[in-house]
Amino acid sequence: MDSPLLPEGAKRCSPTVFFFWTLPWLALLAWGGLSAFLCLYKALNQTNMSNVFAFALWIVFDLGVIALGAGAFFTGFLTYIIGRKELKDIINAAVIIGFICYTGALAMLGIDIGQPLRGWFIFWHANIHSMLVEVSFCITCYAMVLAIEFLPIILENRELDKIKELRLLGHNMHEIMAVFAATGTFLSFFHQGSLGGMFGVMYGRPFAARGGFYIWPWTFFLFILSAIAAGPCFTILCTKLTEFISRKKLVPEQAIQSLAKIAAWLLSLYMILKIADTLGWLYGVVPDAGQKFMDFYREGPYGVWLLVVEIIICGIIPAIILMIPKVRQQQGWLIFACLLNCTGIIFNRFVFIIVTLAIPVMPFDRFWGYLPTWQEWGVALAVIGYGVLLFSAAYRYLPVFPKERELNAVAE
Amino acid sequence: MTPFSFEWLWNTEYTIFFGLLYVALGIIGCGMTFVIIKTALQVFGFMRERHFH
Repeated sequence: MDSPLLPEGAKRCSPTVFFFWTLPWLALLAWGGLSAFLCLYKALNQTNMSNVFAFALWIVFDLGVIALGAGAFFTGFLTYIIGRKELKDIINAAVIIGFICYTGALAMLGIDIGQPLRGWFIFWHANIHSMLVEVSFCITCYAMVLAIEFLPIILENRELDKIKELRLLGHNMHEIMAVFAATGTFLSFFHQGSLGGMFGVMYGRPFAARGGFYIWPWTFFLFILSAIAAGPCFTILCTKLTEFISRKKLVPEQAIQSLAKIAAWLLSLYMILKIADTLGWLYGVVPDAGQKFMDFYREGPYGVWLLVVEIIICGIIPAIILMIPKVRQQQGWLIFACLLNCTGIIFNRFVFIIVTLAIPVMPFDRFWGYLPTWQEWGVALAVIGYGVLLFSAAYRYLPVFPKERELNAVAE
Repeated sequence: MTPFSFEWLWNTEYTIFFGLLYVALGIIGCGMTFVIIKTALQVFGFMRERHFH
């Protein structure tokens, strides 16, 4: 039925199978739609957010997907600016994943601010001393860049490519993609950093506060580094998942290994700096605030295990696995390491957002607990539904993986 | 006040912050304008089409 729209020479499942594949993700979207409607109609009392937890599940998801979406800008930077030609085989997938992550995050923020009709206030009444304003500016601009990077991939659709005007537009956009990739790198660098910087300047909350360089706390640089270490791993994970579901080889191993190797070095560097930062915090910020290390891990479910999971299990272990060529060349270990790395970055964002707010800062304060409502889960999980649907449609109708035909020529 | 900021002040902080924003938006805008004009010139035959393989 839709065969004229499928990429030339590529085998895809039947429209019926594809329809059934989309159903669970459409259900997630419907759940998210209902939740969003309730939040907009009845206001944010539908959530368990409060004056204590003004940042909650949605911001954890936002920061998580924005970090995981960093694979788009970093792979673009490596491909178009540094000239790693082997990554051209995976750049389309990275761009689509980045587009999904950023547009999903923006949609979620639209619900989170409570009154999306006033969303433009942040641009019109910009508080230039706020890291969040910089983040808003950069994320909005970068979403535009991602849309521009995604457009030529859409225009490569078999039917659209027959239209001369669109084909030329796509080709001309491809030609100056390095300009957009450089702009995207600049924007991403600052918003990834400012998301971290925002926590580092919370001087009233010594659990998150950090020293730093000039106006930037160390968390500014750590957030950038962690995002560019985990983003490529998320791109690898999505690609491997698509290969597993479609039962095809989609990306040459050279591209995967190249990306994994770069992620390994970045993750190792990040872990060294993260450990140094934690020690600096332990022997600097904490005693300066008149507190002891265990003061932060005494109450609630958040114990020292947080540090063990984040630094050792989801940091050092994947870094070691990815650093050893013979180990990372084994699919199982590669996927395991990428999973740990991506889990680690989400865990890091969770600790900075939820645990920071849960820990009491005054002697008369108590530990605050927070559990999201089903409406909050609905909006957050809808991003996953949207992402899977968009990526599935892109894989079905667009030549996302340029080497797909070549790699599966014998099998087909 | 500028078209993009109600509380605009002529000082270094505003100039750097909004300056960088305008640079980014300018590059995006100029890039897309260039692509659209080039495409239009090629479509109407004023410029040769480059063939990709």
